[in-house]
Amino acid sequence: MAFLASSSAPKGATGVLVLADGTIVWGKGFGATGSAVGEVCFNTAMTGYQEVMTDPSYAAQIVNFTFPHIGNVGTNDEDYESRVEGAVGCIVREEVTRQSNFRSEGEFVEWMAKMGKIGLAGVDTRALTRRIRLSGAPNAVIAHDPKGNFDIDALLQRAQEWPGLEGMDLAQRVSREHQEDWEGGYWRLGHGYGRASRDAKPHVVAIDYGSKDNIFRNLVKAGARVTVVPARTSLEDITALKPDGVFLSNGPGDPAATGEYAVPVIKALLDADMPLFGICLGHQMLALAAGAKTVKMHQGHRGANHPVQRVGESWGETRDLVEITSMNHGFAVDGDTLPAGVEQTHVSLFDGSNCGIAISGKKAFGVQYHPEASPGPQDSFYLFEKFVGMLG
Amino acid sequence: MPKRTDISSILVIGAGPIIIGQACEFDYSGTQAIKALKEDGYRVILVNSNPATIMTDPEFADATYIEPITPEIVAKIISKEKPDAVLPTMGGQTALNCALKLEEMGVLKQHGVEMIGARADAIDKAENRQRFREAMDKIGLESARSGVAHTLAEAYEVLERTGLPSIIRPSFTMGGTGGGVAYNKAEFERIVKSGLDASPTTEVLIEESLLGWKEYEMEVVRDRNDNCIIVCSIENVDPMGVHTGDSITVAPALTLTDKEYQIMRNASINVLREIGVETGGSNVQFAVNPADGRLIVIEMNPRVSRSSALASKATGFPIARVAAKLAVGYTLDEITNEITGATPASFEPTIDYVVTKIPRFAFEKFKGADNHLSTAMKSVGEVMAIGRNFKESMQKALRGLETGLDGFNRVVELEGKSRDVITAALSQATPDRILHIAQAFREGFTVEEVQAITFYDPWFLRHIEEIIYEEKMIGAEGLPNNAAELRRLKAMGFSDKRLATLAVRSVGVAGGLGETQAKRSGLLHDALRAMAGATSEDEVRKLRQKLGVLPVFKRIDSCAAEFEAITPYMYSTYEAPSFGEPENEAWPSDREKIVILGGGPNRIGQGIEFDYCCVHACFALSEAGYETIMVNCNPETVSTDYDTSDRLYFEPLTAEDVLEILRVEHSKGTLKGVIVQFGGQTPLKLASALEKAGIPILGTSPDAIDLAEDRERFARLVNKLKLKQPENGIAYSEQEALAVAHRIGYPVLLRPSYVLGGRAMEIVDGDAQLINYINTAVEVSGDSPVLVDQYLRDAVECDVDALCDGDDVVIAGVMQHIEEAGVHSGDSACSLPPYSLPQDIIDEMERQADALARALQVRGLMNVQFAVKDGEVYLIEVNPRASRTVPFVAKASGSQIAKIAARVMAGEMLADLPKIKRDLDYVAVKEAVFPFARFPGSDPVLTPEMKSTGEVMGIDRDFATAYAKSQIAEGSVLPTEGTVFVSVKDSDKASIVGPVQQLVDFGFKVIATGGTASYLKEQGLPVERVNKVAEGRPHIVDKLSDGEVALVFNTTEGWQSHKDSQSIRASALEMKVPYYTTAAASAAAANAIVSVNADELEVRSLQDYYG
Repeated sequence: MAFLASSSAPKGATGVLVLADGTIVWGKGFGATGSAVGEVCFNTAMTGYQEVMTDPSYAAQIVNFTFPHIGNVGTNDEDYESRVEGAVGCIVREEVTRQSNFRSEGEFVEWMAKMGKIGLAGVDTRALTRRIRLSGAPNAVIAHDPKGNFDIDALLQRAQEWPGLEGMDLAQRVSREHQEDWEGGYWRLGHGYGRASRDAKPHVVAIDYGSKDNIFRNLVKAGARVTVVPARTSLEDITALKPDGVFLSNGPGDPAATGEYAVPVIKALLDADMPLFGICLGHQMLALAAGAKTVKMHQGHRGANHPVQRVGESWGETRDLVEITSMNHGFAVDGDTLPAGVEQTHVSLFDGSNCGIAISGKKAFGVQYHPEASPGPQDSFYLFEKFVGMLG
Repeated sequence: MPKRTDISSILVIGAGPIIIGQACEFDYSGTQAIKALKEDGYRVILVNSNPATIMTDPEFADATYIEPITPEIVAKIISKEKPDAVLPTMGGQTALNCALKLEEMGVLKQHGVEMIGARADAIDKAENRQRFREAMDKIGLESARSGVAHTLAEAYEVLERTGLPSIIRPSFTMGGTGGGVAYNKAEFERIVKSGLDASPTTEVLIEESLLGWKEYEMEVVRDRNDNCIIVCSIENVDPMGVHTGDSITVAPALTLTDKEYQIMRNASINVLREIGVETGGSNVQFAVNPADGRLIVIEMNPRVSRSSALASKATGFPIARVAAKLAVGYTLDEITNEITGATPASFEPTIDYVVTKIPRFAFEKFKGADNHLSTAMKSVGEVMAIGRNFKESMQKALRGLETGLDGFNRVVELEGKSRDVITAALSQATPDRILHIAQAFREGFTVEEVQAITFYDPWFLRHIEEIIYEEKMIGAEGLPNNAAELRRLKAMGFSDKRLATLAVRSVGVAGGLGETQAKRSGLLHDALRAMAGATSEDEVRKLRQKLGVLPVFKRIDSCAAEFEAITPYMYSTYEAPSFGEPENEAWPSDREKIVILGGGPNRIGQGIEFDYCCVHACFALSEAGYETIMVNCNPETVSTDYDTSDRLYFEPLTAEDVLEILRVEHSKGTLKGVIVQFGGQTPLKLASALEKAGIPILGTSPDAIDLAEDRERFARLVNKLKLKQPENGIAYSEQEALAVAHRIGYPVLLRPSYVLGGRAMEIVDGDAQLINYINTAVEVSGDSPVLVDQYLRDAVECDVDALCDGDDVVIAGVMQHIEEAGVHSGDSACSLPPYSLPQDIIDEMERQADALARALQVRGLMNVQFAVKDGEVYLIEVNPRASRTVPFVAKASGSQIAKIAARVMAGEMLADLPKIKRDLDYVAVKEAVFPFARFPGSDPVLTPEMKSTGEVMGIDRDFATAYAKSQIAEGSVLPTEGTVFVSVKDSDKASIVGPVQQLVDFGFKVIATGGTASYLKEQGLPVERVNKVAEGRPHIVDKLSDGEVALVFNTTEGWQSHKDSQSIRASALEMKVPYYTTAAASAAAANAIVSVNADELEVRSLQDYYG
């Protein structure tokens, strides 16, 4: 490993990453001061850092960006994926450069501070990525102190004591507290976000396990009216909203843990033949509800270049087509555990892991990846149309 | 979907000679494509007129035709070979245009040949401006306001919509030939006319100017299942207005948010779908208004391009290989990513570094040419550099350019100049603009001010400003003496040499005294070093080593380390930031290894021929069991392909960068040595630094190479061997030069020492001309003398290539030049075997070459140039290294001389290696190809200064036919009737009679100027006198402009007549009238015209010739 396990700060070091195994990575802190604990994951996307940092699926995670220049386009008021907690911090190779973009409203460094997120610059992020590839995503504490004073022992203890994402239900932490009539439309250059029509049909109730806003914008674009409800909304409350279909959102943490309260609701909806569409965590819990199992992945899939192939007879002519997708998941549905009646519809071409299922005889399907993109390719918008289309 | 089984043979069309806008990237793509198709068992037929390509090596295609790429000739190949399909997307615009023409002529249909890779309609839709625009409208993409014109009147109608400035682009030309930006009506009219002329369809597109907008390119690949991927995004640092080939570019795009990037991504894919590119790679170009993000589609290329070569090297994704596989029916998911060996090609490469490309220009070669950059491409090569940040990447690219830069060198002409002068310099789009920007920051300009003038994005400008700020700090305080600080500087890409220069300045001795003292030794130097930290490149290196500041190597893996890469494709970086031991991914092997240093960016005088040699060295040494390690920084080349060598370092060819690679490679296994003799002058320049560092140099010793280039040492050797050289002398001043010239007698050849490509050479005929040369062309001083040679007027020049293993010498080929001695050998046509030399002369040249090889202890290749005059053989020069002629000799003779040489260099003996074929029952003629049309205002005459960018080969039973083919391949359409204009110097008058007589007998009409006309009349030839330009109108240029002349023979004597006749050659060039500027070439042309019927030319594959 390429890092010095020295516990005394080198000159000029104002930030540090302390891994649970005792590895210490020094650098320059930026953004918020203090410390935060989480799992270190890497993201290989070359654009969209603001979206990543505001994606609730990254709750309790520290994002190691593989692209060296972060901050180039600053931050703006549009490129948020949520207003709740996203990633707790990020690690970048280069010191954040000043922005240059006509949509920018501020510098990334200041934005990080405002958002309470800790940044660490000047790290060999490629070496860190290789380490994650070789030995899995580590738990760690990221800390920033402009004076460079760090109690390494205390930080290490915190990293070691943190239980990790496995078994952790984070959805509750980042989910909305109240029901919301979703009003945002999709984004257009020069126009910003449109407004959703409240008269639109069909009506989709979206369960927010830590959702990205762009999912709702895409549902609106596909023609739906969307009502977003908190993660722990009961079956009765959902049914009372008279949905034509229910959407299961993405979110952070272990699907098995969140599934403890979410899966029974999903199961009941499934039994009631409610049309369902799940993304990421929602996909995983749909699989759990259908009788499959999920597993923690070695290094996870996070980036905007992941090829996913359509598999199975139901695709007809578009079988075998490849979609380039945005991904962000550390857990996955174990494809070998799919029970009869659950069809595998998509697989990752990188490692063959499950990326989509459809429940036979039901209008219910889910994908592991992020068709809402933001950041990432928009090849898979058809899924929103497919879902909204089956509600009509 | 598996590969198609309904086709079994495929014709691949190459790109022909290296020209501006179409360089060795198409050898790279074609070679990849042929390998990919062969892998799948297809029979591959190749046509390419360029013998210096790897793709035309006979072991690649099943049938290799080195024949002109004209529809007529390719039709003959089709009718002979009956391929099932033709792949036209690998050979640039040349191949596309040829295929379209074949389709139009009905040849493809007649022989049942299917166009794969791109259909004719898709090509037309992409290339036809009007159809393209309609297609873009259909998918809701905005195009610039524009219109198509076929006449000047139509052009004025369009102008009313677009306004000035407007951009004029001719249809169906590559690299934008004939186009430009017009700021006023006069300019508009001029450019429209030249554009209409350049376009094969007499069509130009006139567009609203998007000057100052940001420019982007997307490299897209699509398969028959409609799977689309973006391989790479490229952002131009130079804003709109400069051709993308002439722009500094970076990858990936750095100033787009994800939302904006996805708009461009979707648009690119929609463009491919709408145009109908069903399989393969394409390039889509966009302009973006920096104020509001408004996106405009500029153009798309439905084929692999220069940008796709760059994208391939930048990401590790082999676009041409993949495109070839897609063309035969595979889909992206069925193709393996060769870099990871584990993932499929259906993904989008992601990179964790920044790539910078800087073009290289050759304006100094074309006196009188305008060096402003515009929408017509003018660069002759490019360098690519990789760093972990923009600064590192940019500074590595600057030093990799080999134009004498160590980084952002100061621009002396702008130092301390007024703001107006600097503003004026910044406003000009010239090759040096990036340096002017850096200088402006030194002179106190702000980012906002520079941006307002140049329209560069502030993101890039700030980085440059930060570099200049650091330079100032070093200049003030010297070098830091701690590892973290020094590493921080190195991570910004500063070279050791640049750091030394800056550090010396910190000592603050006024008037550059510090810099002078730093070069000396002794107490003063030691004091300086103590104050500055280091005063030379060597000292900076030692300081770095002492502090442990060393670069590490990272891998280009197409996936940002998400997966293990099996292909060792590497670049260096200083991992400054982690404060610890940086991670080095070089992981050298424990094998016995040989490092081959490449040639760097293409330039006139050093291009594909040297890359060919390097690639052959890799292949041969790999076959011999060595691990081959390639170092190069030219993204266009085959040598930088991921599977050419065992290990590839994409690095600048400077002593610093190469020594760091060798340090790492030396640390494990056995470094047998380095080959510096194959990449041209670039690696040779590093020989002494390598030797000093104790690195073994394979083959001929650098000392022997130096001996051959050092006049005095060489003269001693020549005397020892009792050989004859033209009289010569060295002059350190104008007076001395005059004295030497008087001793030798005019005409004399003048040149500065140590040259490649004959730069700044000139033949002078008298004192006035000599004085002018000394005062304007060179700096003559105690440090840089000028060399004066007896000029053997009208001598026949020859090249001899030989191989020597220390014991044994083998002659590989003797080439007789068509043009007489005095024309640079690289610009001269030549014939192998000689077409008119007596055997005893040939034997004598071979004997001399043999003696020289032994005397110089050559181990490997050697090239000797001779001049033959009055039965006497004169030795002109010896180059005991790979020369430009190597690929031609190899192709003409069917012998792998570069491979044999590489094995000799590694220690094998010629006796144990394949024999070289000398007994040929056919003739091969090499002809040079020139870029004069790109440089209006330059004189298209051949001189001792090399000006050609590439070469073609004509091969046939006899000399006349081979020569005719070489002319057709080069682009000259030899006329079969009409008027020949003759104006020759006195010494040529006798020798021109024969050729003119031949043409007269064939039915040509002859016109000539005064002296020539009288002489020809005296010889009984029917000739009409025409006015010289100075004699009043109508004169010869009027006749040329009116299209009354079909052929020009124009040779000149002396300076004045040369100047007087420039307009003749210029208008011949403009009117595309074949012109010959030497008597020998005129004779060869006349002979070809009367004895060769173009319609009856036969085609024959190399494999068939070789038997």
